Amino acid sequence: MKPAPFRYVRPSSVDEAISVLAAEGYGAKPLAGGQSLIPTMNFRLAQPAVLVDIDRLDELRGIRDGGGDGATNGLYIGAMTRHSELERSAVVRDRAPLLAEAMPWIAHPQIRNRGTMGGSLAHADPAAELPAVMLALDARIHLRGPAGDRTVQFCDFCTGFFSTALAPDELVTGVEIPPLPAGTGTAFLEISRRQGDFALVGVCAVVTLDAGGVCTRASLTLLSVGDGPVCAKTAEDALRDRTLTPDAVRDAGEAVATIDIDPPADIHASAAYRRQLARVLTARALDTAARRAAGA
Amino acid sequence: MSHDTTFAAPPAEAPARPRQVGESPLRNEDRRLLTGEALFVDDVHLDGMLHAAFVRSDYAHGNVKSVDLTAALEHPGVVAAYAAHDLGDYWEAGPLLVPPPPIDDLEFHAATQVPLAKGKVRHVGEPIAVVVARSPYEAEDGAALVEVDIEPLDVVSDLKGGLEPDSPRIHDQLESNLAAHVIQRKGSWEEVRERAHRVIKRRFWYDHGASAPMENRGIVANWDARSRELTVWDTTQAPIPIRNGLAAMLGLPQSEVRVIAPFIGGGFGPKIMMFYPEEVLLPWISMRLGQPVKWIEDRQESFFATTQERGQDHESELAVDAEGRILGVRDEFLCDTGAYNPYGLTIPINTQCTLLGPYRVPNYHSEFRMVFTNKPICTPVRGAGRQHGVFVMERLLDRAADELGIDRVEIRRRNYLTPEEFPHDHEIIYQDFKPLVYDSGNYAEAMDRAVEMIDYAGFESGAGAAARSEGRHVGLGIVSYVEGTGVGPYEGARVGIEPGGRINLVTGVGTQGQGHFTSFAQIVAEQLGVQASDVEVVTGDTARFGWGTGTFASRGAVVAGNACHAAALEVRKKVLTMASSVLGAAEEDLDLAEGVVRVVGSGESISLGELAALANPLRGAVTPGTEPGLEATAYFGPERGVTASGVHAMILEVDPDTALVRILRYVVVHDCGRVINPMIVEGQIHGGVAHGIGNAFYEELVFDEGAQLLNASFMDYLLPTATDVPTIETDHVETPSPLNPLGVKGVGEAGAIPVGALFAQALENALDVDGFEVREIPLSPNRLFELMRDAREEG
Repeated sequence: MKPAPFRYVRPSSVDEAISVLAAEGYGAKPLAGGQSLIPTMNFRLAQPAVLVDIDRLDELRGIRDGGGDGATNGLYIGAMTRHSELERSAVVRDRAPLLAEAMPWIAHPQIRNRGTMGGSLAHADPAAELPAVMLALDARIHLRGPAGDRTVQFCDFCTGFFSTALAPDELVTGVEIPPLPAGTGTAFLEISRRQGDFALVGVCAVVTLDAGGVCTRASLTLLSVGDGPVCAKTAEDALRDRTLTPDAVRDAGEAVATIDIDPPADIHASAAYRRQLARVLTARALDTAARRAAGA
Repeated sequence: MSHDTTFAAPPAEAPARPRQVGESPLRNEDRRLLTGEALFVDDVHLDGMLHAAFVRSDYAHGNVKSVDLTAALEHPGVVAAYAAHDLGDYWEAGPLLVPPPPIDDLEFHAATQVPLAKGKVRHVGEPIAVVVARSPYEAEDGAALVEVDIEPLDVVSDLKGGLEPDSPRIHDQLESNLAAHVIQRKGSWEEVRERAHRVIKRRFWYDHGASAPMENRGIVANWDARSRELTVWDTTQAPIPIRNGLAAMLGLPQSEVRVIAPFIGGGFGPKIMMFYPEEVLLPWISMRLGQPVKWIEDRQESFFATTQERGQDHESELAVDAEGRILGVRDEFLCDTGAYNPYGLTIPINTQCTLLGPYRVPNYHSEFRMVFTNKPICTPVRGAGRQHGVFVMERLLDRAADELGIDRVEIRRRNYLTPEEFPHDHEIIYQDFKPLVYDSGNYAEAMDRAVEMIDYAGFESGAGAAARSEGRHVGLGIVSYVEGTGVGPYEGARVGIEPGGRINLVTGVGTQGQGHFTSFAQIVAEQLGVQASDVEVVTGDTARFGWGTGTFASRGAVVAGNACHAAALEVRKKVLTMASSVLGAAEEDLDLAEGVVRVVGSGESISLGELAALANPLRGAVTPGTEPGLEATAYFGPERGVTASGVHAMILEVDPDTALVRILRYVVVHDCGRVINPMIVEGQIHGGVAHGIGNAFYEELVFDEGAQLLNASFMDYLLPTATDVPTIETDHVETPSPLNPLGVKGVGEAGAIPVGALFAQALENALDVDGFEVREIPLSPNRLFELMRDAREEG
């Protein structure tokens, strides 16, 4: 379990990193927190010719509330911000409680101390929490390449199984999370075999209620049930303009389980078991989010 | 899983114990372990040390057409590379470590592992070539460059299928894939089946997995031509047999081979004297190259290259009378030995014998077939087939209780052997080749204690009922087991006193975290009137002690412990004889305490250190025949194994919507005879229960039809972590064994053995769904979901 030979470069700026990536082409791989890349290299599943270590690029770190980097009044998070920083951030708890609630589900403290938000988003593991959260929160992702900066809606960033709209010579620089509308509640739930394991199923629920308690918008995003984060469109549509009665919540779980997802089977969970977990978790998350929305 | 205080019992007060044995001093080894000073194999760094990496088969079964080392040998940093044909006469199949026991009409076909595959590969991960380089990185680079051409063959992955006449054959020299067929009988099952009030019949599947120690295997071999010594640091549980075997294979006298088993991060069975390919090859390579060589197994390799345990398919019947008394048991099972069977029949014989449990079983028909498959080799892993047998018996008793309307605790009580019935002869042969005779036990007392601790009577009306009325699915389980432990043949120990007063204790067994440095020290300290911390313990270095077998079968405390005791008694005798002469007092008037011999009532005294100095005079003359020093070597070989036992009880909660399970309480009442160190015993039980919880709920080696292991990493092979293991409440019943002077029994495997049976019963109790019956282990939430769904659909 030793990696194949590789070269190592540690650029001192984002622009320098990008020129190295551009020069090296597909053989180069940015090294962020290394929590997925290093194990795959040790298994020799990944054999990059060059590692471009962006770990010390402080310009990519930080959490900024409103303004800056193109954000209007949302929350901007630099790509190299570590999971543990997000987990402990009061601003994140206040402005993006869904993100805060998801953080402890990401692996273990040691991994959260090293792993970075941008690394997780670029890796695009279908069982990862952060891509689902960003999709649920309608985030915009900021990318930089040789041609300069660009932003992409998160739903367009996810292109499939471990794949994204990121070009080989681009880096994720940050994400921008828009503020939640008034009357919105969120909830994150996940089931894994053991604390810290990859999710068997996870659900993000974002619910906006009007003054009369009617649901004006519901977003249900699932992880570990498809090639990437999955939006449960049928269930979401059925919830619009409804009061979230126990029946409505149960129906949403049923729609998610039977229509919106086509989950894979693996050695830990059959497709049928994943559907069942999605059914139960959707209903529970929706119920919690609705109660939070009512109290918001 | 977390501890729920709702179901908690008040903490029990520890009874005061006066002497060294029975105390829980801090462990002598922990300072070294906690400060990083302990030497593990990977800590051995020698000048000029090379590193080995193995090329392993990707196929479960195939003909090796060619192995080309050329590219590997050209790679920078690579020093040497070898395939089977390079080994010449050194290429030889490994020894049959455990020959079959003397059972009538037993059929056994041996096929042991080879150092490097020649002609054929028989399981994924079987070594084909070894590459030696300056660094482990370059060794792996070289290994990746070895070109192996394998023609795949049809694979045997299934036990029943492997016995079909048209099955592919794994060993061409054998007639079939049948490795063994064994029948053991007591009384007449056929006769008793006819007159039984009720016969329960079920089919069970019980799987058991990897040992998953914290430290994988590792070897450093160093041949020093000038001192003519081969030193091998090896993560083995049995350094002395490895020394003896290597000397024979390499044509060296035993005096030129030193095997050191240093600190080892867990053994659990598979680190026994396997003569693994790596163990056989590294010394040979070091002698050939004249340089030290290291190999450290990585975690992925350990899933294929280290032995493991697997599943058994049982068809079982229990005959009972109207009162639930056992009339007889018939059990027929298939078990898997993998591609080779160097460890003989230990696992299935354990299953066969342990199935009888603490019960009176007048008639027994037990029959098994052991099958070669294209999977890694099976050898004992903590429990070693015992959990399979316990599961069968406990499940059958649960069904009998249901069908007869008898309480599950009561049906067990009705069948327990009573203290008056010992020694009890089960009339079959155990793994130590001796008749299965239980030495002692008090099963009803252990059950009474467990019933009280878990509040069995109050559960249904109290906490359990309250939880159920809130819509929670809470259930209680309670099961019994016995464990044959402390088998022969023998171990030895040498105890000596230094002029400075320090006590040395040397024994041959290896140690893998059991607390030997403390338990053995306590045994010696008690006889020599010192503290356990005054005793310096050395284990597992053949240069220090060269006789013995190893650590397995929960035998360290029983066999090596009693050897320590015997040696300490000898030294005590020498101390008192000498002190009597020096102090001019009768031995009866001497008291040995706090490292000093005192004449009772006179104030005259002499320290152990002073006596030791006197026992080694540098001038003058001694009485002819006098042996120098205060030192003695002694051996202990028990007549046969001793029988430990216990009762485990748990309360768990299931979420029927998600099939997730939470353990709310876990109680263990166990009997390992006289307890040497309660803290260490409890630690052993905690670790065993953790292994058991893993076995019951988390761990499963998942193979596909091609016998490819699908989860060879800790990401997918799930071990319970600290957050998955509940607080374990323990209590002891002590029925000292009459078979050894200390009265001790083994405890290394006890915690792991009944957990599957316990989980099954508690789950049924919690769910209380008609038709929901657990007949298999492990139960992942996914599998539990399927079983619940099937029961609902059928019901």
